[in-house]
Amino acid sequence: MAEVIWLTVKLAGVTTILLLILATPLAWWLARSRAWWKEVVGAVVALPIVLPPTVLGFYLLLALGPDSPLMRPLQAFGVRTLAFTFEGLVIGSIIYSLPFAVQPIRNAFQAIGDRPFEVAATLRASPLDAFFSVALPLARPGFLVATILTFAHTIGEFGVVLMIGGGIPGETEVLSIEIYRLVEALEWDRAHQLAGLLLVFAFAVMLSLLLIERRTGRLRP
Amino acid sequence: MNSEAGMIEGTFQGRLGEFTLDAQICVPATGVTVLFGPSGCGKTTLLRCVAGLERLRGRLVVDGAVWQDSGRFMPAHQRPVGFVFQEASLLPHLSVRRNLLFGFLRTEGAKPISLDQVVSLLGLEPLLERGVERLSGGERQRVAIGRALMSQPRLLLMDEPLASLDQARRGEVLPYLERLPAELSIPILYVTHDWGEAQRLGDRRIPMAAGHTAEAAPIDKGSGETDLSARMARLGPEGLLAELQESGIPHDVGRLTLAALQSGLDPWDPRAQSEK
Repeated sequence: MAEVIWLTVKLAGVTTILLLILATPLAWWLARSRAWWKEVVGAVVALPIVLPPTVLGFYLLLALGPDSPLMRPLQAFGVRTLAFTFEGLVIGSIIYSLPFAVQPIRNAFQAIGDRPFEVAATLRASPLDAFFSVALPLARPGFLVATILTFAHTIGEFGVVLMIGGGIPGETEVLSIEIYRLVEALEWDRAHQLAGLLLVFAFAVMLSLLLIERRTGRLRP
Repeated sequence: MNSEAGMIEGTFQGRLGEFTLDAQICVPATGVTVLFGPSGCGKTTLLRCVAGLERLRGRLVVDGAVWQDSGRFMPAHQRPVGFVFQEASLLPHLSVRRNLLFGFLRTEGAKPISLDQVVSLLGLEPLLERGVERLSGGERQRVAIGRALMSQPRLLLMDEPLASLDQARRGEVLPYLERLPAELSIPILYVTHDWGEAQRLGDRRIPMAAGHTAEAAPIDKGSGETDLSARMARLGPEGLLAELQESGIPHDVGRLTLAALQSGLDPWDPRAQSEK
């Protein structure tokens, strides 16, 4: 059981770190660009919110499978397929949780407005300098929310990991799948333990989100 | 290019949304030049063009250095200006000291203006280690002025720095503003709609109306009167009109000003306009 919990936490941790790196420039562009078609990109990013996870999992299975043209460059390095592997799960999780990272960060960037960047520019800060010295610190609550949501959302996913992971012990079997398997095998006691664990975790996540909101709402002038 | 040393010369033309600006400045790079006109006339836009925060067609040469012409637009962060916005706009994640040092640390070359000098000039000593959230309006604006000075500007731009303050706070900040030109030899472009502020602080005035500028004209410090309606009471309507024209305010703007004053409004005051 410890192996399942460790794998789940590892998947959520790796996904969260990679996703924050990926989502930050994307959210910045979505927040600051004046191009109308940025909302097309915004809609694609938000798609996993409304798409059934099995649909997303199905396409990912095709894209990461041995016959996929996307896999051809990797096959030169001896990687035949990413389906049913931990790396495949990470890719799937990143796409599935993308909106939960991008949206809070984008909102936080937008809430800053133009003025602090004008101030920074008249104080000799280049745009890149202002991004690190003004945008990132002022958007900190957004990053905190994005981190918590991404981590929690990855812990709780089921459809996508089932489709592209298949539940291989030690490789792709995460908590939510283990619970499903235990129930099917009528092992109610162990299912209870894991389900209870996830319930407490989910409550802690929601509570911390509300507390963050309360604090940043009060700080706002 | 030598002919432009010691001068601030700029022309800007273009549209920003509904608004059309067609403005010219040509003033010595010393003392306080007031951009003066009713709200909505383009004073702030002109100031933002000088700072490089807006980009319109035109040309700008400050003390011999070309900041903008047909082939070149120096971005805002490369221009040696200090900008004081109407609202103090302090960076909320930094203390007063870190706000003051933000520009200072990013400035290269000689730094004739020191932190100690700015702190004593603006009375900031007791505020230095505080966060910016708890400061009063007047304190915030003093920090904003200090922050702009700390970036070692060769031109100080001030956009109605007193307009967001109530009467008492204005009285608190105004003396500090009056000391600036004597203490530091930095030319100042000062935007205001307030006749009294222009009289007290300015050396010369560029009147503006509807996106157009008039010639710069010296401000007569001797008159002492800072209230437009008091002046009209003494000089009579025709006398005031003549004087407005003499100080470079276009005839039609002068006429409108008079008409508004006679109906009990101060047309230079944006609050009077928003009540309509």
